[in-house]
Amino acid sequence: MAKYGLRALALLYLLFLLVLPVVLIGWRTFENGLGPVLEALTTPQAQSAFRVTLIVAFWAVLANTVFGVGTAILLVRHDFPGKRLLSALIDLPMAVSPVVVGLALILVYGRFAPVGGWLENLGVQVIFSIPGMVMAAVFISLPLVIREVIPVLEELGDEQEQAARTLGAGPWQTFRRITIPGIRWALAYGVVLCLARALGEYGAVAVVSGRLVEKTQTLTLFVEERFQNFDEASAFASATALALVAVVTLLLTKILRPKG
Amino acid sequence: MSTQTVVSRGALSQKRGTALGLGAAVLYLSLIVLIPLAAVVLRSQERGLAYFWEAVTTPDAWAALSLTIGASAVVAVINLFMGTVIAWVLVRDRFPGKAVVDTLIDLPFALPTIVAGLVLLALYGPKSPLGVDVAYSRAGVVLALLFVTLPFVVRTVQPVLLELDRDMEQAAASLGASTAQIFRRVILPNLVPAMLSGTALAFSRSMAEIGSVVLISGNLPFKTQVASVQIFGQIETDNPVGAAAVSTVLLVVALVTLVLLDLLQRWGSRRG
Repeated sequence: MAKYGLRALALLYLLFLLVLPVVLIGWRTFENGLGPVLEALTTPQAQSAFRVTLIVAFWAVLANTVFGVGTAILLVRHDFPGKRLLSALIDLPMAVSPVVVGLALILVYGRFAPVGGWLENLGVQVIFSIPGMVMAAVFISLPLVIREVIPVLEELGDEQEQAARTLGAGPWQTFRRITIPGIRWALAYGVVLCLARALGEYGAVAVVSGRLVEKTQTLTLFVEERFQNFDEASAFASATALALVAVVTLLLTKILRPKG
Repeated sequence: MSTQTVVSRGALSQKRGTALGLGAAVLYLSLIVLIPLAAVVLRSQERGLAYFWEAVTTPDAWAALSLTIGASAVVAVINLFMGTVIAWVLVRDRFPGKAVVDTLIDLPFALPTIVAGLVLLALYGPKSPLGVDVAYSRAGVVLALLFVTLPFVVRTVQPVLLELDRDMEQAAASLGASTAQIFRRVILPNLVPAMLSGTALAFSRSMAEIGSVVLISGNLPFKTQVASVQIFGQIETDNPVGAAAVSTVLLVVALVTLVLLDLLQRWGSRRG
């Protein structure tokens, strides 16, 4: 009896909190067929939002993948003072509010901040422009690749790498032919998580982008702006597009997740 | 002699590699995370501690902070209970479609927060087909936070429950313990560290949340405006010191939670 009670409680909670709302938005999006959805997603503003989102996510994922693999190798294979501190600092971004991330970047890289002003004189605008948005996306997804790669590197051990080195392989060759194949699934998993996070970020990007329509507006900002302007069709269509990306991510992570 | 030179040269280049890599990692982390966060704290103290306190206790900042802390606490407690129930059902119960339900748990992590807010507003807003309207109310804030924090407790408790040795429960049962006694005396003590870790994560995430709350709360000052949205407003009206002050409070809460989590993890592994 208690068993069925608990099962019902858990499933009803998930149904009303998770399933029904998501299903409803899908239904509302497609209630007038596919035509209006495609129309809403192909306006110049929507196209621009897609483009900006992809550009920002691409650079953020690339940066965090390079940094993630490098730092993971550093933390697992090398010894240095302050290792625990570095490891703790890497987790810090997950605990910081996205809006605080945005403010933090503005205070350093904004036009009236020392670093930002200096960069502006060099012709580089960071805040209210793509570089700042990439930095925000990097910040909020920073630990995702590292945290997936570290346990696998630890598990692998360094015997194979050392064997390769003894047999005359250079560091780069060892990295490319031994280390990368060993961590490839964990790396793929981390990259998928990082990509999903970068595509879906709202708060930090909202602050640093200045929300300029057709310039720095990402898809998440597009959803909000369209909804606030009573254009529900566009808001729902783009939200559903993002939700589909989320579902694909979910299935990918299900396949890639390290077992055990 | 010659082999020694080779070895030490190898060790030297290894050391140089470590230093180079460490330098690059620290530089990256500093430019993107550490220096900007330090700038927030410095900015909040720019006009002294008294001004900082004043900025944090302006009526709208104070109202936003109290709402955020209160709503996060409520959300944490509901998650502590519901998350454990869901984890329990996913591990100990068997029913058709369980694998699908298990996958669904991660949906809130994958779904962009602004979409989460919109989705909830569609079902529980002014046009609700269920006739439930929590838009622009504090209940709406709590609902949005419950959505985005759902996976935390489930995903911390689930693995512990999976690894739990059922022999102990059988031993307790054969010695005459009731189901309730077994749960309270045998199972629960093993779950507590994981339950609390998940709860702390959910609390910390709620304190920081903006995307899911922005649409459903309506951001009414003194009523449904959470701290993140209040900071956003301060940035947009060009009051960086006020924004930095409230941000610093959020940063301190986040740091305390991180330390607490570390302690909980050590406690948990000592028990395990």
